[in-house]
Amino acid sequence: MRQIAVYGKGGIGKSTTSQNVVAGLSEAGYKCMIVGCDPKADATRLILHKKAQTTVMDLARERGSVEDLEIEEVLLTGYRNIRCAESGGPEPGVGCAGRGVITAINFLEENGAYEADTDFVFYDVLGDVVCGGFAMPIREGKAKEIYIVTSGEMMAMYAANNISRGILKYAQSGGVRLGGLICNSRKTDKEYELISELARRLNTQMIHFIPRDNEVQRAELRRMTVIEYSPGHPQADEYRALARKIAENKNLVIPTPLSMDELEGLLMDFGILESEDAAV
Amino acid sequence: MKIKDHNELFLEQEYIEQFRRKKEFENPWPEEKVREVAEWTKTREYREKNFARRHIKINPAKACQPLGAVFCSSGFEGAMPFVQGAQGCVAYFRSHLSRHFKEPMAAISTSMTEDAAVFGGLNNMLEGLRNAYTLYNPRMISVCTTCMAEVIGDDLNAYIKQARDKGLIPEDLPVPFAHTPSFVGSHITGYDNMMKGILSAVTAGKKGGPNGKINIIPGFDTYTGNYRELKRLLKMMDVDFTLLADVSDVFDSPNTGEYRLYPGGTPLDDAADSVNASATIALQKYSTLKTMSYIRTEWGPEALVLPPIGVKNTDMFFEGISRITGKPVPQEIEDERGRAVDAMIDSHPYVHGKRFALVGDPDLLLGLLSFIMEMGGVPVHIVCTNGDKKFRKEAEGLLGESPFGREGTVYPGKDMWHLRSLLFTEPVDLLIGNSYAKFLWRDTGTPLVRIGFPLFDRHHLHRYPIIGYQGVINMVNWIVNTVLDEMDRKSMNTTSFDVIR
Repeated sequence: MRQIAVYGKGGIGKSTTSQNVVAGLSEAGYKCMIVGCDPKADATRLILHKKAQTTVMDLARERGSVEDLEIEEVLLTGYRNIRCAESGGPEPGVGCAGRGVITAINFLEENGAYEADTDFVFYDVLGDVVCGGFAMPIREGKAKEIYIVTSGEMMAMYAANNISRGILKYAQSGGVRLGGLICNSRKTDKEYELISELARRLNTQMIHFIPRDNEVQRAELRRMTVIEYSPGHPQADEYRALARKIAENKNLVIPTPLSMDELEGLLMDFGILESEDAAV
Repeated sequence: MKIKDHNELFLEQEYIEQFRRKKEFENPWPEEKVREVAEWTKTREYREKNFARRHIKINPAKACQPLGAVFCSSGFEGAMPFVQGAQGCVAYFRSHLSRHFKEPMAAISTSMTEDAAVFGGLNNMLEGLRNAYTLYNPRMISVCTTCMAEVIGDDLNAYIKQARDKGLIPEDLPVPFAHTPSFVGSHITGYDNMMKGILSAVTAGKKGGPNGKINIIPGFDTYTGNYRELKRLLKMMDVDFTLLADVSDVFDSPNTGEYRLYPGGTPLDDAADSVNASATIALQKYSTLKTMSYIRTEWGPEALVLPPIGVKNTDMFFEGISRITGKPVPQEIEDERGRAVDAMIDSHPYVHGKRFALVGDPDLLLGLLSFIMEMGGVPVHIVCTNGDKKFRKEAEGLLGESPFGREGTVYPGKDMWHLRSLLFTEPVDLLIGNSYAKFLWRDTGTPLVRIGFPLFDRHHLHRYPIIGYQGVINMVNWIVNTVLDEMDRKSMNTTSFDVIR
């Protein structure tokens, strides 16, 4: 069983990308599970064709205790038998979302969600590693492989670098490794070159460059992955390619995060940031 | 200077006057109204409201996970229980165990404060491990957590590894760990998690040929007498065994005038070798669920639960041990059985048909139920705060096996305030519970037999086994003599006040 965590800046397309990748892996015959680790709970909607799945924490809130839950209530099966669970979490502004992730993953583990014949488990993790709870998927015995979704936008790169710092911490003490950057294109200047270079500096690879295509939006509106909605579309092949690269990926590294100056230097080298802009 | 006992002190005129004046400022409800409401809490109507309560527990019969984890850790030789969390929690575990055993109890806190809550407890862990190792020279440091470390998501595995990498503790010092959030489960869950953590750490890489021994895991058992009884019985059967974990010398150590930080416990070499035993027997089920499932999947050989409380259960225990080891049950043990049965018959007229309420841990309750019904006692209210649906099913199954079980109702997740309503609306003859149940005795007048944990207000009870045939005799003793004490009290001024019972 390979357990993979997908991190990245909020809104960068982690959920869309990981669901399409999982759809691609399933199409290729792998048995997959997705565990959403975001209180927004949108990591499984394209697989389940639902607005939002009932989450572990939703039901725990309703019943008063997570111990009163049955696994079948929160582990649902969608497109090509992909199994889906969402941790869920508190309302914005209250409680502790990080603990929600810990509670949910413990519940799934203790109730046998991780079946031995599963090939891939994908964790779709909220934005940045903001507290210990969001690092749960990469703690001991869980995801050992991380992919960061990013784009040529400065803040997405900044987040990718930041996440690498978190991975570095866990890589030193555990077996967590960075598998690569996934560039989810925003059509910014020299995006392909820029992310390739960022990947190189982080000691990793840009495992795939996903071009921007409106077909993703059309599929999303119908609560489907591109692979399911329009299997013959070139964009579906992009996700298939990414799925294949991940399945075959052996390039797992300890990242070498950049300092803020180095990161800005990189943008300047590509002529995206003028040196006087950086001084402001 | 004569120091007055507070029982008398507060009855003195000076204090009576002080309490009266204090009341003037308290502006309390009139005594008449207080009495009226107190009476109302004894009614059926109140019982229904009480059972509809959802968001508060009153006097729950359970402690929290790290208490069980700390207790478990103490049972290993040279092991220092180490708690990643705030200081107050650890003070509570120590005082709770000390008050029960009347023994000192060592445990370490990493003293997490507000900054640790924000930045994570890594530094506390690193400093704590270094200090613990340097100051107390332990042979093992077993780490568990409190709520605070769990809410912020401290990663014990990673932290401990960092402590090793930085050379703060030696590479070969065993540092098992268990995540033990206090807000999940109870002390029995914590015991289970820590036991699994310790066994998986100390047995790593130790798998070899069979060592011809059996492992015994007592579970969350606070009767030091049980441990000694177990050792005596297995020695009589000539069985080679490893107790995991043996707390008997830790919480019942001889007074030599010198304090010993590590007074006993299961030798670590034996614990490491336990992976090569021919079988593992747990004496409790609900406090060893994860440990036993780990042993079944990782170690291979037979792993079963044989709780030796009551005659039938003890019979099954010896049959099981005999089958696994091929050793016969010696005549001495059969004689002990005969004496236990004789004691039951002697006292049976006073226990038969008596109605019981019980409160305690799931495994203890299952043992007591079985034993009480063997005596012809009738279990009526069975309250188990830390019991779940599975426990209820099992307890109901047990009640269903005997005609004496027909009146029994099992209440998982309920507390002692629920039990108070039950005792008022459906009275029973005897109550079995821990020291906190004395409030129920005070309120309802139901005579209390103290069996369980914690026992703060009576001394030495934990030295007497409740397992095996000797345990049967001890329980018969406590139960029947409570019945007889009550009988004397009630007949004090009647012709029935008799010297022969």
